[in-house]
Amino acid sequence: MTTTHTLAVEHLTLGYADRVVIDSLDLAVPPGRITAIVGANACGKSTLLRSMSRLLAPRGGHVLLDGKQVHRLPAKQLARTLGLLPQSPTAPEGITVADLVGRGRNPHQRVFSRWSSEDDAAVAAALDATQTAELADRSVDELSGGQRQRVWIAMALAQQTDLLLLDEPTTFLDVSHQVEVLDLLTDLNLTRGTTIVMVLHDLNLAARYADHLVALAGGRLYAAGEPAQVLTQECVRTVFGLESQVITDPTSGKPLMLPIGRHHVTTGAQTGVGVSVGG
Amino acid sequence: MSTTTLEAVTRGRVRRTRRRHVVLTVLTLGIVAAFAVSLMAGRTFYPPADVLAVIAGENVPGATFTVGTLRLPRAVLAALAGACFGLGGVTFQTMLRNPLASPDIIGISSGASAAAAFAIVTLQLDEVGVSVFAIVAGLAVALVIYTLSFKDGVAGARLVLIGIGIAAMLDSLTAYVLSQAAEWDLQAAMRWLTGSLNGATWQETVPVAVAMTVLVPLLLSQTRNLAMMQMGDDTAAALGVRVERTRIVVIVAAVGLIAFATAATGPIAFVAFLAGPIAARIVGPAGSLLVPAALVGSLLVLAADFIGQFAFDTRYPVGVVTGVLGAPYLIYLLIRTNRAGGSL
Repeated sequence: MTTTHTLAVEHLTLGYADRVVIDSLDLAVPPGRITAIVGANACGKSTLLRSMSRLLAPRGGHVLLDGKQVHRLPAKQLARTLGLLPQSPTAPEGITVADLVGRGRNPHQRVFSRWSSEDDAAVAAALDATQTAELADRSVDELSGGQRQRVWIAMALAQQTDLLLLDEPTTFLDVSHQVEVLDLLTDLNLTRGTTIVMVLHDLNLAARYADHLVALAGGRLYAAGEPAQVLTQECVRTVFGLESQVITDPTSGKPLMLPIGRHHVTTGAQTGVGVSVGG
Repeated sequence: MSTTTLEAVTRGRVRRTRRRHVVLTVLTLGIVAAFAVSLMAGRTFYPPADVLAVIAGENVPGATFTVGTLRLPRAVLAALAGACFGLGGVTFQTMLRNPLASPDIIGISSGASAAAAFAIVTLQLDEVGVSVFAIVAGLAVALVIYTLSFKDGVAGARLVLIGIGIAAMLDSLTAYVLSQAAEWDLQAAMRWLTGSLNGATWQETVPVAVAMTVLVPLLLSQTRNLAMMQMGDDTAAALGVRVERTRIVVIVAAVGLIAFATAATGPIAFVAFLAGPIAARIVGPAGSLLVPAALVGSLLVLAADFIGQFAFDTRYPVGVVTGVLGAPYLIYLLIRTNRAGGSL
């Protein structure tokens, strides 16, 4: 499954009621790569992701999948190409893991069609890929946060889309499970060529795992490109209003942002920034 | 993919589906049995041969009237109305993800009932007119509670509370209409206050049956979409469901079923509210609850009507019996949600 699908937004303007959240944004998602969208709270990251998966109609501009407007594509056809995992989906009470993952098969099924062996195979593959096979008959209610998030990702995988959008897939997880989820998504990207677009809170994990980093500020694109080019002290200052020091992560070779607050700052760090702290 | 996982997945699914099929079969047999008993037993017992002869159209002295005119339409209406209430109830409970959000709690049944009582007692309309009145009122109530509870999307708890208030207003409206009627009698009053099958004839039964042939397939065609919407609107939309359209189709179909049944029998207390949770308990978490809840509703009304007629010295309307069953469950649910953190 090599991805040739292209996803892009052109002059996209989004908003709720009288508030404009995204203002005339242009963005192209590199096919077959991992893109992470970062930005301050309420900068429109999730709104952008919702619109890219047609959950929110644009005020202006377009979201284009292979050059066609996603808001005009038939719902099920789109759902066979592009999947979205929202930030806090609800599991129906008492549902088993296998049945929940099976719901990802919906776009591939007709109104009164029966469950096929192809559906079983897709569910099994998704469980294996997320290492949740041993949980298959368990109730989702009984799972830990990390297990539950892997199960939701498995549901999105059973959808078998070439593009997968995830809204903060690591929220509410402890650090080891955050890394686990991001490793899993990287596996998917490497083995299946799935294009991944995710909104991430953690700037350093975003810089480490993304091939392409998108920084939003005030509803506009601040910078997009390789993490090493995007994640700079200037970027952190503009996007988050925070002074910082950006070094090269000795583990990954990717940029690593060290925040500078009003306390616990040694002189060495201040010279690293080159500007007066708190000014 | 490993073959062991595939085998485990297939095995688990087959096991859950099998349990579902067993439960559906048992429920269907239960309905057939309750239906048969309703036709045979009563003040006078008629053997199966007599009952079958009456159904076949033969003239059996005594049985033709008692079974053919009194018991048969009553049992058919009980089974059909029960299915309508069960379907309507579980649809709302599933869509709003709240067991309290059943049409008989949130005022939709009360609206249909008030309109039907008004149409019969005050306007003296025929069955079709009554059904039209009931369905319009049911939809209007659904629209009103939906609009009143809409604020950045619909929250189930707000909708339930507003619905309970609306239900109380409409119930007092029904009581007022009944108290103004010239020929006010207890039978009629019971029918519109708690639901009753007394005096059921084919005239009331046929509109329900016709409505079901249209609305039940329409509702069942949305089974999968409804299941997706249990996971939230965004997840459902991401899985290819057209959420708004589904919601409209489902509300119209469910309100229609509730309204037609209510126009025929009155709001049989708590059947819509009970059928879904009972179905969920016995079917387990595999698949849709629509069909199981319809069967549970049928069985509930058939059994409750039989008990109400013959278990005590006095004949009670079916709604009194289902009310006795439903009220404790409502209290249990309220206590449980209260313990779970105070939100409905």
